[in-house]
Amino acid sequence: MLYSEKVMDHFSNPRNVGEVENANAVGQVGNAKCGDIMQMSMRIEDDIIQDVKFKTFGCGAAIATSSMATELVKGKHIDEALALTNKAVMDALDGLPPVKVHCSVLAEEAIEAAIADYYKRQGKEFTPKKACGGCCHDCHQEAE
Amino acid sequence: MSTEIYLDNSATTKLKPEVLAEMMPYLTEQYGNPSSIYSLGRESKRAIEAARDQVAAAIGAKSREIYFTGCGSEADNWAIRGTAYAHRNKGNHIISTQIEHHAVLHTLAALEKEGFLVTYLPVDEYGMVNPADVEAAITEDTILITVMMANNEIGTIQPIAEIGEIAKAHKVLFHTDAVQAIGAAPVDVAALGVDMLSLSAHKFGGPKGVGALYIRSGVKVDTFLYGGGQESGRRAGTENVPGIVGLGKAITLATADIPGKAAKISAMRDKLIAEIPARIPDVRLNGHPTKRLPGNVNFCFQYIEGESLLLSLDFKGIAASSGSACTSGSLDPSHVLLAIGLPHEIAHGSLRLSIGEDNTMEEMDATVAALVEIVQRLREMSPLYHAQAHK
Repeated sequence: MLYSEKVMDHFSNPRNVGEVENANAVGQVGNAKCGDIMQMSMRIEDDIIQDVKFKTFGCGAAIATSSMATELVKGKHIDEALALTNKAVMDALDGLPPVKVHCSVLAEEAIEAAIADYYKRQGKEFTPKKACGGCCHDCHQEAE
Repeated sequence: MSTEIYLDNSATTKLKPEVLAEMMPYLTEQYGNPSSIYSLGRESKRAIEAARDQVAAAIGAKSREIYFTGCGSEADNWAIRGTAYAHRNKGNHIISTQIEHHAVLHTLAALEKEGFLVTYLPVDEYGMVNPADVEAAITEDTILITVMMANNEIGTIQPIAEIGEIAKAHKVLFHTDAVQAIGAAPVDVAALGVDMLSLSAHKFGGPKGVGALYIRSGVKVDTFLYGGGQESGRRAGTENVPGIVGLGKAITLATADIPGKAAKISAMRDKLIAEIPARIPDVRLNGHPTKRLPGNVNFCFQYIEGESLLLSLDFKGIAASSGSACTSGSLDPSHVLLAIGLPHEIAHGSLRLSIGEDNTMEEMDATVAALVEIVQRLREMSPLYHAQAHK
């Protein structure tokens, strides 16, 4: 199994690690049993993501996709962020090995979870894109 | 990044220069087919038989009880399937453990599909099999017991001689996968009471692509590969002459001074086992504290995942391995770590450091220092560590 140079770069020098101060959008997905947990925190003002940070428990791909996903949504309107797909994250990293596709799905879902939290705090209704079983095996099977 | 500190000697070892020197003629001018009648062929045949004598001497067997194979996995496949098929008229039950190598487990799984029944015995928290459990599992239909001598992941050394006595008392055939044990612990087939034993050259300074199966004289095991008359007609195919010569030399060197070598290597092991928990909180040693391979160190680091740890170590030139799911291509962590009772989330953060003859104490210091830094960095990135710190 080989990682692209971009994956290795984002793993060894991850961007936006930590937790945003005064965050008004926090989401966490995955579970420790599967070996991946991603947490995204954001400061959203006027529906624009002013700041975003992550914390991840997981493999090299999980850390790299978290890092890349934060880069891709920073400064964007929340609608644009919600439109981000796992494929876009993968493409931005020059691809992932097949068994690691679920990591990019997790990144997409972490962003969605954070924005859902923002909606909730605003008292607004949020319609999820799709339901996640909460287990990496589900996405892994889809990927195969 | 080039590897500067190699701590994955259970995966494979560096070919010893003396072994390569022995092999060289058979990779070059001594290219004869051992089955040929002329002198070039006879020289290859002589070299194979000399290597067979060396392997036999190293494990206390007779030369005609040694059969060369293509690898340790082949030896395991052959021992288990060959016994199952040869004895299926007597019974269809096999006893093994939950912590065997996949070469054993997947072979057994294939036999289960053919109607054989397999009992996978549990192990205790240290990865130790209880011989009493083996005895209790024996039924009238039991035709084979297969238990590894030393576990490849956590290093636990099993009570093979005790199980051997039980097997003998109940007249059940007994196979052990000794792939990790050769050169690390004394291996004598009579003292262990085994009927079959698997070994692999590249685990002790020999070349890859060659192993051997010991089959005690008189034990009925089906032919593994049909074809020519090589290996007494039981494993056909033109012999890997340079590989076999290398195996013979390597096993002679590896078993020459086991206590001396084990003392040197276990001193490095014990340094890691003492210093890692002293300098890094929330770690757990896996495997038995004392009954373990001299070169095996296996820790779980809470709140972090094994593959991240391996990649980070690689950046610092340190080669190691993990029982993490993410390194295996599957999503489940090591079956061995689950068998000793670790929850999934802890098992994901495992690290195996396997020490060899060429390592030094200075390398152990450098490895501990690197781990302190890496584990801290990854924990600071982990939401689990964050949650823990705020409890």
